Amino acid sequence: MSCSLLSCGVEDDRVFEMEDYSGPVARWCPGCGDHAVLTSAEKLLEAKQLKPEQTMFVSGIGCSSRFPHYINTYGFHGIHGRALPVATGIKLHRPELNVFVVMGDGDCCSIGAGHWIHATRYNMNMVVLLLDNEIYGLTKMQTSPTTPQGYPSNTQPRGSFLPPLNPLEATLGVTNVSFVAQTADWVPAHLYATLDAAFEHPGFSFVRVLQRCPQYTAPLFEQAVRNPDLTELLVHDSGIVVPELAPIYKKSRSHDPSNLDMARQLAKPDELVRLGLFYKNSELPRYEETRHVSSHTAQQKIALLNEEFDRYAV
Amino acid sequence: MGRGSAKATATPPTTTTVDEGIEGKKKNSFNLKSFSEHTVEVVSDSGEGAQKCSQIFGAVSAKMGNGVWTVEIIPAEIQPPPRTPTSASGNRIRLGVNEVTNWGDEADLVVAFNEQVLLSRHRLNALSENAVILIESMWETHDDEKIRDEWALAMEEMGGRAYKFVRVPMEEQCLTLVDNPRRGKNMFALGLLAWIYDRDVDRITNQIAQQFKKKSEEVYQRNVDLLKLGMKWAEENLDFRFDVKPTPTDVPKVVMNGNQALGMGAIASGMEMCAMYPITPATSVSHYLSDVFERFGGMVHQAEDEIAAIGVAIGASYSGKVAFTVTSGPGLALKTEFIGLAIMTETPLVIVDVQRGGPSTGLPTKVEQSDLLAALYAQPGDAPRVVIAPSTIEECFHSMITARRIAEAFRCVVIVLTDANLATGVQPFTRPELDPRWQSSPPDLSAVPEGQRPYEWDPNTGLSRRIIPGQPDGMFTATGLAHDEASKVAYDPESNERGSLMRSRKMAVLQQTLKPPKVFGEETGDLLLVGWGSTRGAIEEAVARMQKAGHKISSLHLTFMSPMEPNLKEIFGGFKKVMTVEINYSDPVDARFITEENRRRGQLSWLLRAHTLVDVDCWTRVPGQPLRPSQIVQAATEAMPVSKKKEKKS
Repeated sequence: MSCSLLSCGVEDDRVFEMEDYSGPVARWCPGCGDHAVLTSAEKLLEAKQLKPEQTMFVSGIGCSSRFPHYINTYGFHGIHGRALPVATGIKLHRPELNVFVVMGDGDCCSIGAGHWIHATRYNMNMVVLLLDNEIYGLTKMQTSPTTPQGYPSNTQPRGSFLPPLNPLEATLGVTNVSFVAQTADWVPAHLYATLDAAFEHPGFSFVRVLQRCPQYTAPLFEQAVRNPDLTELLVHDSGIVVPELAPIYKKSRSHDPSNLDMARQLAKPDELVRLGLFYKNSELPRYEETRHVSSHTAQQKIALLNEEFDRYAV
Repeated sequence: MGRGSAKATATPPTTTTVDEGIEGKKKNSFNLKSFSEHTVEVVSDSGEGAQKCSQIFGAVSAKMGNGVWTVEIIPAEIQPPPRTPTSASGNRIRLGVNEVTNWGDEADLVVAFNEQVLLSRHRLNALSENAVILIESMWETHDDEKIRDEWALAMEEMGGRAYKFVRVPMEEQCLTLVDNPRRGKNMFALGLLAWIYDRDVDRITNQIAQQFKKKSEEVYQRNVDLLKLGMKWAEENLDFRFDVKPTPTDVPKVVMNGNQALGMGAIASGMEMCAMYPITPATSVSHYLSDVFERFGGMVHQAEDEIAAIGVAIGASYSGKVAFTVTSGPGLALKTEFIGLAIMTETPLVIVDVQRGGPSTGLPTKVEQSDLLAALYAQPGDAPRVVIAPSTIEECFHSMITARRIAEAFRCVVIVLTDANLATGVQPFTRPELDPRWQSSPPDLSAVPEGQRPYEWDPNTGLSRRIIPGQPDGMFTATGLAHDEASKVAYDPESNERGSLMRSRKMAVLQQTLKPPKVFGEETGDLLLVGWGSTRGAIEEAVARMQKAGHKISSLHLTFMSPMEPNLKEIFGGFKKVMTVEINYSDPVDARFITEENRRRGQLSWLLRAHTLVDVDCWTRVPGQPLRPSQIVQAATEAMPVSKKKEKKS
């Protein structure tokens, strides 16, 4: 494409500190899980020394979709449910950019569900964060697809009618899925390690971040936050391993993330909250590579187009 | 864009029929009649290849130097039940000694593969009173009694016309060469036409080679044999030939349909990303581009839906070169929210809407001009955008270049409104001399000077310099929320007023660069017809006919629908009456319940009334077909202010 004609990077010896990635003070509620994700993301950018101008955060609409405003990279804060098509366009046109997508559960799993399936299948190299607080927050407490059955909201005041949609199972069911992980805002070390693994994975790295909404879903994760024994860590040499968590989170299970069938089993609803890497496959086709086209100068194009006109010549 | 509008006069506005032709000299035992123009239809059941036959006939005629306009006759289904009036598939080809700008009125010669598809054309009044009809004769004597009855009934129904039927044993003839005449009758039919109109056989075989050599040498040879068989049969059995003299020219020309022209225009404009979702009748733009775009460093992304298609185009455009999406009415509806986002974030974007009949699924394969107001206004909030409407195949090509330039220069959305008539119409036009300056320059990824903001609006023009990812020191978050010059979310009254003003101001600035449209005919008179889009050829042909008959009538064709070209009010002032001619709905004036107050008008007439405060009338139809010049002549004659006075007096 066009931009590979240019040297996109600038020659520099800049060293980036975490503050270099900090944007204005985030306007999320105190105690909101989004803050933890933002901090982890800034930390990741610093650790990888990503050039701010080569890094993009794309979001939809919702509390979590304000994310790009609070981080000092390029950002695209679009419309509800449609972060993935915009990110797809960016990555197709500018594959060299580091692309992160931030969506909420309404954004990704409801209004944008179609794009979620297809973007998973495109398997383009980007980090995709589903900030799942299991409720619509910005519009003030409506049931989302991931709201637990029976949990009351302003639109389903006598409790959510249906069992919640399980984003992990859904993503793991899509053809060409290449990376599915789950983490939680209240386990920052795990959150960071997960973002790291997602960034390193060459493909569509889908990360569901369980996170608290202190306003509307405070009770949902209360038990899990207080009692580490309700959490099971998925560990493996090729998975996400955070040694310092071992003393706290005593329940862990060795799971080989190349085992898709087992990943699907483990993703099913369970009394335990499972954090870790469910599935990873780096060998799958990536759409931006499949579709790579070499660039042409204006003069080359004119020569070719003249040949093309010859075919239609009278 | 904006080519001179004198083209249509080139076509002599006489209605010639077989009987009125000029008697030519006799060659052998046939009678040669010459015409300044002739309209041919080839109709078959879907799948029998009438389209291929007529496309080759049209292309060869164009290459020989005839004026040509070709339109498709297509059923909505791929293989509808055979031998039914709704299964008719084929083309109309209007040939002229000079340039042809529209599909004309009625067909002078028809090749019909069965009587049912012919009947559908008869019922649509598509055939002239004494059309010559070459019809497959096998059905008349078919073994199946039901088919024989159908034939008899159809003939009875068409009996009121002076059609001249020529029974042609197409199947019987083809069977002497091939086992399955369903695949080959079309080449036999092409042979008939080639002989009747004395077409250049080498050009035809070249064209056949282009179509079939990919498949195999054998298929190519079989088709050529069938062609020659058709020519031989015609020579031995027909007692007439028609002559529409080609006018060879030194001006290099190309021939293609409007969708191919859009695709080539996109390439010439330097755009490299077409994101789309299949929708009739727009899809063939992407068929064409999918075939060739990668050779030009471009790509067609077939998205999962219409919404994703525009989203991908916006993402691509935001991050580099201007991208485009191609759709039709229902798709445009789905893209609405994203269009608002592109306008709010000032992301350049080109949207092609190949209009079809609506609302809802409407008439997917047929022409209408009903998306005009939707293209301009279907948007919550104030969302000014540019809308341009090419009126010829050639303008389809150039409109993409114009659209890309405007989108980029003004950081805005440009909608290119074409329609099914332009999409499938085939017409030769002057080969463009390609210019590298038509293409966008490679994106500037240099560092952003300190202090420069992403929406640093010039207070007079609303223009600002775009910053794209990759530019050091330019980091900002584009947002659909109200924002200030730094792209910071801003809900305060002043910021919102200012953003709205700046986005709107760009339209005014663009408008100031536009030239007034040229009147076709005198600048004063009794009646001015105003049109837009694909109706230009038919309107100007009708106006030329009426001018010849002594009427003080002119026409005006608009290219820019938003912002509108200047001086419209002044131009209208030169005429006693102004009336739009459009292919969209308006209430008939004399219907019960319809009053001057509640009458719903043609879409352009709404716009012009609001824009100029002139009492602009309208004449519109929604037949799912292009307008015929004769229809427009009739409507304009009835609308002439002079003739109305006479009526009152009498």
